[in-house]
Amino acid sequence: MDTNEHIQIPTMADMMAKGEEPEVLFWVGCAGSFDDRYKRVTKAFVKILNKVGIQFAVLGQEESCTGDPARRAGNEFLFQMQAASNIEVLNGYHIKKIVTACPHCFNTLKNEYPELGGNYEVIHHSTFLQQLINEGKVGVEGGGAFKGKKITYHDSCYLGRANNIYEAPRQVLAALDADLVEMKRCRTKGFCCGAGGAQMFKDAEPGKKEVNIDRTEEALSTGAKTIAVACPFCMTMMSDGVKNKEKESEVQVKDLAELIAEHEKL
Amino acid sequence: MANIISQVVFLIILAITTFFLVKRINSIRRNIALGRPADRSDHKDERWKTMLLVAFGQKKMFKRMVPAILHLCVYIGFLVINLEVLEFVLDGLFGTHRLFAPALGAFYTIPINIFEFLAVAVIVACVIFLWRRNVIHIKRFHAKELTAWPKTDANIILITEIVLMLAILTMNATDQVLQDRPGTHYGDTGTLVFSATLIPLFEHMSTGTLIWIERSAWWFHIIGILAFAVYVTYSKHLHIFMAFPNTYYSKLEPKGKMDNMPAVTREVQLMLGGAADDGDSNEEVDRFGAKDVNDLAWTDLMGAYACTECGRCTAECPANQTGKKLSPRKIMMDTRDRVEEAGAAVAKGEKPFEDGKVLLDNFISREEINACTTCQACVEACPININPLAIILQLRRYVAMEEAQSPAAWNAMFSNVENNFAPWKFPPADRFNWADELKEEEEKSKS
Repeated sequence: MDTNEHIQIPTMADMMAKGEEPEVLFWVGCAGSFDDRYKRVTKAFVKILNKVGIQFAVLGQEESCTGDPARRAGNEFLFQMQAASNIEVLNGYHIKKIVTACPHCFNTLKNEYPELGGNYEVIHHSTFLQQLINEGKVGVEGGGAFKGKKITYHDSCYLGRANNIYEAPRQVLAALDADLVEMKRCRTKGFCCGAGGAQMFKDAEPGKKEVNIDRTEEALSTGAKTIAVACPFCMTMMSDGVKNKEKESEVQVKDLAELIAEHEKL
Repeated sequence: MANIISQVVFLIILAITTFFLVKRINSIRRNIALGRPADRSDHKDERWKTMLLVAFGQKKMFKRMVPAILHLCVYIGFLVINLEVLEFVLDGLFGTHRLFAPALGAFYTIPINIFEFLAVAVIVACVIFLWRRNVIHIKRFHAKELTAWPKTDANIILITEIVLMLAILTMNATDQVLQDRPGTHYGDTGTLVFSATLIPLFEHMSTGTLIWIERSAWWFHIIGILAFAVYVTYSKHLHIFMAFPNTYYSKLEPKGKMDNMPAVTREVQLMLGGAADDGDSNEEVDRFGAKDVNDLAWTDLMGAYACTECGRCTAECPANQTGKKLSPRKIMMDTRDRVEEAGAAVAKGEKPFEDGKVLLDNFISREEINACTTCQACVEACPININPLAIILQLRRYVAMEEAQSPAAWNAMFSNVENNFAPWKFPPADRFNWADELKEEEEKSKS
């Protein structure tokens, strides 16, 4: 792949036409496709894929919601309609391996599609980045923009408790030479951002406080100037929390892929 | 003669207890069977391992050290002191006194001293538990669902355990005094260290009074234990037994995986023009999701009976922590209350679920289930692998699919997914715009 000239973003349709098969399909997800903030994560991840020269492809306009929010909100019909059409597309392209930057897509593709006829090796981009680091493809150079800087990591429920992925994101941060400061509620005790289970798509029920404010306060109390996240919903909730606390000029919320891309000066 | 009368009385008490226990156990089994089938006959090795680690080994308790250690005292006390109950029962049936003492000889003092040590540990732990529950303010013990009966139930259990242990110590103390009294038949037990400290309370008493106290303590302890065994089956304390099947049958798949609905898969396949190839396609589905306990899986109902209302789930729930109505513990308590109600109707020969009440709305409100972020904190927190989230999601399925009464914003999200293939209302044609944007940005940064 010519990485020096133009960035490559091949679709499966392009690849199929050329008779090629990608090593991995990058499942972008709805947030990664439409949400202005998370599109930056998608772009950062694509830059990394280009840099390391991995043969990847995306579905482009053929991608569609996995159905996760519909399923969590109770609409099993809609979920299964989405699953059936996505599986038809994925199986039509003989997809074997999928990487995604969304833990909700990850959970659905990995755990819930097999029963419906979609069997793929699915990995989250935190694990993927960790593998690239272990292979010495990124993050090998010491120093960089984050050396010694305090970073706290907010566990995504759908990576952590839902799928027992606690270490990969932390090892990605370790490659940045950063000073990882943990919140009291981390790993199995990680406090939700408030958006899972389709809460992203409605107002919270009446209560004393918003979940994301509670979590943001905890993240800010670590003194970290970077809050690392690995999920589009966490990204929105934590960014909103930081804005609510009027700390957006000092504290940034960043996805793991963005941090690696910055470290690699991509 | 007196001996034979007491043997008969003991036998009658034992028979009555057994009768009530068997009856109650059968009704709990029947109530759990009101749930829908769920196949958990797979991965037997892994299930045994889970049960050994989580229930027998108390693995998840140790996330909170202080209550874990206190609970361990009571738990080991329960397991070990039950060996002594065996001697109690045999003594009662055969009219003997300390049946195992002659056979074990000088060794007998060792297990009895261990039992006494554990009895003291149980008393200390239960006193601290009472203090934690009633004096200092531990949030999880002061929730709305933990008032009235649930609060009393917890205190009854702790006080009963203290009193039962005190009875053992009283019995052993008076026994030791009587061993030195002439004309009695109390055999040597060796020094029983803990109860020996109580001897000064009793040594001035007459032999007759002492025998009366010793016998009363014996009867009090054994009747107390038998009565408590029956009480436990009506109480939150049932976890001492239910923890084992509940962990054995708990979910082994990643927590994030929701149970599939094969009936929906079939309908979707038919709708898309394919042939439904599911094996059990004859299964009749009368309802999607759950509005009452008979729509839930039997494993959910077993979980309700296994719950000891410790509130670790609620203490970790982000919705509850931020003041929302949802409390995973209450979900389990409501489920048990409702299944008990249904079971009572069956016992009366009536048809259950025809009392005009249902789990959803009459017990669990929509506001509660709508507050859940499906973050799995409750599932992770439960020391015996109860899954309140499974119930919440089944209730949501009923609301969405049978009633189409989901919150308006969710209905809007459904329609976006259906029409725009994304939960937000963006034109599907714009899905790949980010790629062009990126290419432009890269061009700009180069020039």
